[in-house]
Amino acid sequence: MFSDYSMSELGAIFAMQGFAGLILFSVFVLMALGLAIIFGQMGVINMAHGEFMILGAYVTYLTSNLFAAWLPGVFGMYFFVAMILAFIASGALGLFIEWAMIRHLYKRPLDTLLATWGLSLILQQVYRSVFGAREVGVSIPDWMMGSLPVTDMIEVPINGIFVMVLATGISLAVYYMMFRSSWGLQVRAISQNRVMADAVGINTAWTDRLTFGIGCGVAGVAGSAFTMIGSTGPTAGQLYIVDTFLVVVFGGAASLLGTIASAFSISQAQSIMEFFLSGSMAKVLTLLVVVGILMIRPQGLFTLKLRK
Amino acid sequence: MERSSNRLFTTQDILGFAVLAVIIFIVLPMALDSFRLNLFGKYLTYAFVAVGLVLCWGAGGILSLGQGVFFGLGGYCMAMFLKLEASTPKNTAIQSTPGIPDFMDWNQLTALPWWWEPFNSLFFTMIAVVAVPVVFALIIGVAMFRRRVGGVYFAIITQAFAAILTILIIGQQGFTGGVNGITDLRTLHGWDIRTNDAKEVLYFVNAGLLFACLLIAQFVRKSKLGRLLIAMRDQEDRVRFSGYDVASFKIFIFCLGAAFAGIGGAMFTLQVGFMSPTLVGIVPSIEMVIFCAVGGRLSILGAVYGALLVNWAKTSLSESFPELWLLGLGGLFIAVVMVFPNGLAGVYAEHIAPRLSGLFGGKTGAAKSPKETPAE
Repeated sequence: MFSDYSMSELGAIFAMQGFAGLILFSVFVLMALGLAIIFGQMGVINMAHGEFMILGAYVTYLTSNLFAAWLPGVFGMYFFVAMILAFIASGALGLFIEWAMIRHLYKRPLDTLLATWGLSLILQQVYRSVFGAREVGVSIPDWMMGSLPVTDMIEVPINGIFVMVLATGISLAVYYMMFRSSWGLQVRAISQNRVMADAVGINTAWTDRLTFGIGCGVAGVAGSAFTMIGSTGPTAGQLYIVDTFLVVVFGGAASLLGTIASAFSISQAQSIMEFFLSGSMAKVLTLLVVVGILMIRPQGLFTLKLRK
Repeated sequence: MERSSNRLFTTQDILGFAVLAVIIFIVLPMALDSFRLNLFGKYLTYAFVAVGLVLCWGAGGILSLGQGVFFGLGGYCMAMFLKLEASTPKNTAIQSTPGIPDFMDWNQLTALPWWWEPFNSLFFTMIAVVAVPVVFALIIGVAMFRRRVGGVYFAIITQAFAAILTILIIGQQGFTGGVNGITDLRTLHGWDIRTNDAKEVLYFVNAGLLFACLLIAQFVRKSKLGRLLIAMRDQEDRVRFSGYDVASFKIFIFCLGAAFAGIGGAMFTLQVGFMSPTLVGIVPSIEMVIFCAVGGRLSILGAVYGALLVNWAKTSLSESFPELWLLGLGGLFIAVVMVFPNGLAGVYAEHIAPRLSGLFGGKTGAAKSPKETPAE
């Protein structure tokens, strides 16, 4: 399959596909980070994760329209405002859902799965009623258009670079919150031993709610970032959910580093295979390999050493 | 009391089976025209899956989000046979390669793929309808349960299988008919399945098969295996320490659920006349779980009512208010988990059964109201 291409062409193909893979990697990381917090640390399956992302995307869409109508002078900057709004909107919805639904179901993870699936259906229908069934796209600020030529055969799109920078930034922020803030300390304490954490005076109920809210907020920011590279529809969230869960599980549910490593390997494998095979076969092969590895090593790539 | 619940059928069970049999074999066929009866036949094919899920999930605590895979495999096996029978060289004379299914011809295939060949035989197909899903379930089950993967992880991985199979079927449209599925099915061994008479016969065949599956399920639940399953669901380690091979029991029950789903899929193909990837993927698979949850995850008869009710509501709601259906279904998911986790069967056991037994002077009574907590 390589014989049709010359060496330099092959190099360029790998570089371009590698870069496409990096963008996919950023997308996966953005999607998976929120889930890694919620699923990895709390053990809650949130099937509505995709819909929280879509909420962020719609918030971004509304913000861009608002800026275009009222503040055209600073339109280039709207995205940063939109990201903050997306975090707040998704996070607030997350807090509410935790209070109304999730906290009653902590002892029944499989039921959480079904209930959040129901939530995702409701949200989808709400989006459809409010924003219409058609996909909407935001107008990208001028400075994010175009591409950077690296060599005469390799070009990289600027919005792709932006998403990558964003993914790196959010990963660092999540890392900081997880391992340097008192909230992170409490979350990790709870995930290791809930009863003891409760006994030493950590407010576990509030920490759970905050964790769920932050996880959903991160999902909202991810959705906001997605508007830079694609359009948003009411059912788009459902397309991501399997990929996202596989990324988190493959990485080892409780490990942030594992999530990033698995996002990297899955995205690179998929985008390089995509060039040589059809898109669907590349996807099937990638998923099969991931599921195959998970069957041999169910705990995922990285594991925390815990005494059960 | 202790002895009576060990029997295969308690008085209550017999009554329950009898009522369901009257509804399915007598009331529905008399009350409905043949179009609606065919629709209810379609709903009953989902009941096969729901009964399998009661065994896996309600009794065994194994939630599979990939039952659509087994339903689809069974359905596709049957559809392949029917498609081959419909694609005689005479029927397909206008194709550039006569004698192969039309979608293969559209995709520039010139010969039948080797793995389609055995489906020329009805006998092989009938075995494959059960065997293919079971073998697939066996592979998944052995790989997962031997490594003690369960609960949430198992659910996610089975869901991934549903995604993989859908993408594969849609991507390989030359071999599988792609997103349209396998359509335009006509006859079963020369017997036209599209006529109203045939559809009525198929409805009764379907209902008969469903009752056979229900009897098997009842037998499993009342046997030692069923008791072990419930013990495993609640305290897996203790069962393991008692010397039982937990994985084998789980594999068996998962394969049994897959076999039921496969039969349901085949009957779906026969009654509805097509099979497509929309019945395989993530969304239908998880909807099948809700049929089971609505009926009551611990009750095999409840699962049948659940499948009938949810689908009937789906059809009538989406006929008149399409935008309400998703809201309703979403609300149903949440309500069934949060408000009545034991489903219709739970409501019946708690509220209706005590009154009924009061009505009949406590004769059917000493009604043991199963105050069982929902799995996990």
